[in-house]
Amino acid sequence: MNQKRKECVAMLLAGGQGSRLYALTKSTAKPAVTFGGKYRIIDFPLSNCINSGIDTVGVLTQYQPLMPNEYVGNGLPWDLDRTYGGVKILPPYQGNKKADWYKGTANAIYQNMAFIEQYDPEYVLILSGDHIYRMDYEAMLRFHKKKNADCTIAVLEVPMEEASRFGILTTEADGKIYKFTEKPKTPDSNKASMGIYIFNKRKLFEYLNSDEADETSDNDFGKNIIPAMLESGERMFAYPFEGYWKDVGTIGSLWEANMDLLGAKPAFSLNDESRGRIYSRSSVSAPQYVGDGAVISNSIITEGCEIYGTVVNSVLSHGVTVEAGAVVRDSVIMANTTIAAGAVVTYSILDENITVGQGAHIGAEKADGVGIAVIGNGHNIEPGQTIAAGEMISD
Amino acid sequence: MNALGLIFSNIHDTAVPELTRRRAIGSIPFGGRYRLIDFALSNMVNSDINKVGVITNYNYQSLMDHIGTGKDWDLARRSGGLKLLPPYVTAPDAADRAFSSRLELLKGAIDFLTRSDEEYVIMTDCDRVCTLDYQKVLDRHITSRADMTIVTKREKVNADGIGKEILIDADMLGRINDISEHTGADEGYHNVSMNIFVMKRAFLLTMIRSAIAHGYRSFYHDIVGKNLMHAEYYIYNFEGYSATVDSLPAYFACNMDILRPEVRRQLFDVPYHAVYTKVRSSAPTKYLDGAVVKNSLIADGCIIEGTVENSILFRDVHIAAGCVVKNSILMQDTILGRDVSLSCVITDKNAVIRDSRVLVGHETLPFYIDKGAIV
Repeated sequence: MNQKRKECVAMLLAGGQGSRLYALTKSTAKPAVTFGGKYRIIDFPLSNCINSGIDTVGVLTQYQPLMPNEYVGNGLPWDLDRTYGGVKILPPYQGNKKADWYKGTANAIYQNMAFIEQYDPEYVLILSGDHIYRMDYEAMLRFHKKKNADCTIAVLEVPMEEASRFGILTTEADGKIYKFTEKPKTPDSNKASMGIYIFNKRKLFEYLNSDEADETSDNDFGKNIIPAMLESGERMFAYPFEGYWKDVGTIGSLWEANMDLLGAKPAFSLNDESRGRIYSRSSVSAPQYVGDGAVISNSIITEGCEIYGTVVNSVLSHGVTVEAGAVVRDSVIMANTTIAAGAVVTYSILDENITVGQGAHIGAEKADGVGIAVIGNGHNIEPGQTIAAGEMISD
Repeated sequence: MNALGLIFSNIHDTAVPELTRRRAIGSIPFGGRYRLIDFALSNMVNSDINKVGVITNYNYQSLMDHIGTGKDWDLARRSGGLKLLPPYVTAPDAADRAFSSRLELLKGAIDFLTRSDEEYVIMTDCDRVCTLDYQKVLDRHITSRADMTIVTKREKVNADGIGKEILIDADMLGRINDISEHTGADEGYHNVSMNIFVMKRAFLLTMIRSAIAHGYRSFYHDIVGKNLMHAEYYIYNFEGYSATVDSLPAYFACNMDILRPEVRRQLFDVPYHAVYTKVRSSAPTKYLDGAVVKNSLIADGCIIEGTVENSILFRDVHIAAGCVVKNSILMQDTILGRDVSLSCVITDKNAVIRDSRVLVGHETLPFYIDKGAIV
């Protein structure tokens, strides 16, 4: 190998089906779901990588790979279009002995050990494509090296009453992990695993090989690899992360995370460039046009939009048209959707390429017990049609 | 398309001295997120031209920064793609030779032209904002068996264009009878040259060599003008929206034109004809409580808390609470403090206007604030 070795290679698990996003993931994988107007969920880990100096990223796809493949492409928007390294899409492949879907997260990495080996890295960073957050993986790597760890797991302190929803790590005072429990009924710690791991490559490969040999294994990091390493007494540390981190795996959490972007002091700021810009594959659109009768408050609007109506507490992706007299409130509207004159969209998520006909009503005022209305990609709403709160509609 | 493109990025620099003090006319910011050269480059790319030479002669740092390798226009190619053609200064005496005329600049591109094998050349300047399909121009050029075709726009000329515009007189079929500089002698409707030329590469090379041999200096007078009798020169009248940036008020007016839906349609909504520009990866624009925005064009990355009317905001402009911005053009990264009031103002990039300042210009004399200035 002539080229300089890479210190750390990132492997991004982007195979998530996102079945709890229902209509929104019918034709696309979860990492490719639109977020924050011009982004897709996968932009966050990819941007974190380049902002952390990691320029070699394998993206493991499985379910609905067309969208992630097309979207990630050669990695140009994230500066990951490299001759050596850069971003590579790694779908399951047909080997000369057998062809396999990825059986689990660990198996996905196992099947791509040769990809990692090309760069001869010391460390492997495992990421998932399900979360909205900004993180400096380089700081985590420094921590990993300082602790002389075999594996470091990023953890977030969650409220004790929610701890039973997560994989919980119990540590000694110095952060050394001695116990890992997946979704414990009675948690003894509130340190939740974020599904972000740094491994020493040699150790990782050792455990991946033995895990693969075990036919009873689920080939999953959380269920198999981490417990096995703990059992053997490997040096495993919890890296404390502070800041915004949100799983956007449900309609409710996706809506909330979008709303978290709004306001002068948002819970999560897309404009906070001192902490790293988030990159995305931009649409080619003219700037947004705001017409004479428009009323816009507390919202995020992307290029290519034409606003003549009212937009309140909402997030609009590129190419959205809100005609005169239309009202969009507490909603997330994805690319190239049109809200015709007089239509009212309240507390809803509308996917791409939808036309909401004149005078149609979607959703209801946000209140306790009122659900979010969701319209799937390309499903047009007839003029005057009413879609009740909490309804989920797709073709 | 069997043609290569040549873009003159500096010609007409003197027309808008405020904006070209630190940049070529091609890199003047325009329309919220573009630079003037984006229209020329996008027109070429959308007409399937994938080899483009950009001729520069000075002040081209900002232009180079903007076009980079050409990847945002899909012109970062191993074969063809974007070639920047800076002045060809080889001999000591070349330094003081005026690289200012179109012809002098073309002499510098002679190697680029000789080494290419495309049959046709499309040449354009950057001062005209338009969305135009060069394929149609080339098709007409070929069917009319012209030696050269000049794209024109039928416009009413007035005193503003004196000394700047080239007026072309043509017959019913478009064959050029006369070419003259606009001297103010006759007002009214004329075919005004858009400074877009189509011809065979071999023809252009012959003309340049002949100009070198005869010591010619002017493209229009010495080359086109002198050959009118025996060469076949035709016009192609363009009917879509087009405006010339030839003064600061014209720049102002041309930007304000985009607030009209029919102009936006003709510039940005032409099927299969996107206008490309350098990607900046700004966050979407954020409207806070208190924002009031009417009839305005707003790029990504802005944060708006005040009032904005009939204005154009480039990327990452901040408008604090209490501000009232009317009929103004605020370029990238302009920051307004609280309670600022602007009317007919153009701020260049990175301008900072402190709290409570009141600045007023007029559409015939917009108040220009220099790049990075703090008011």
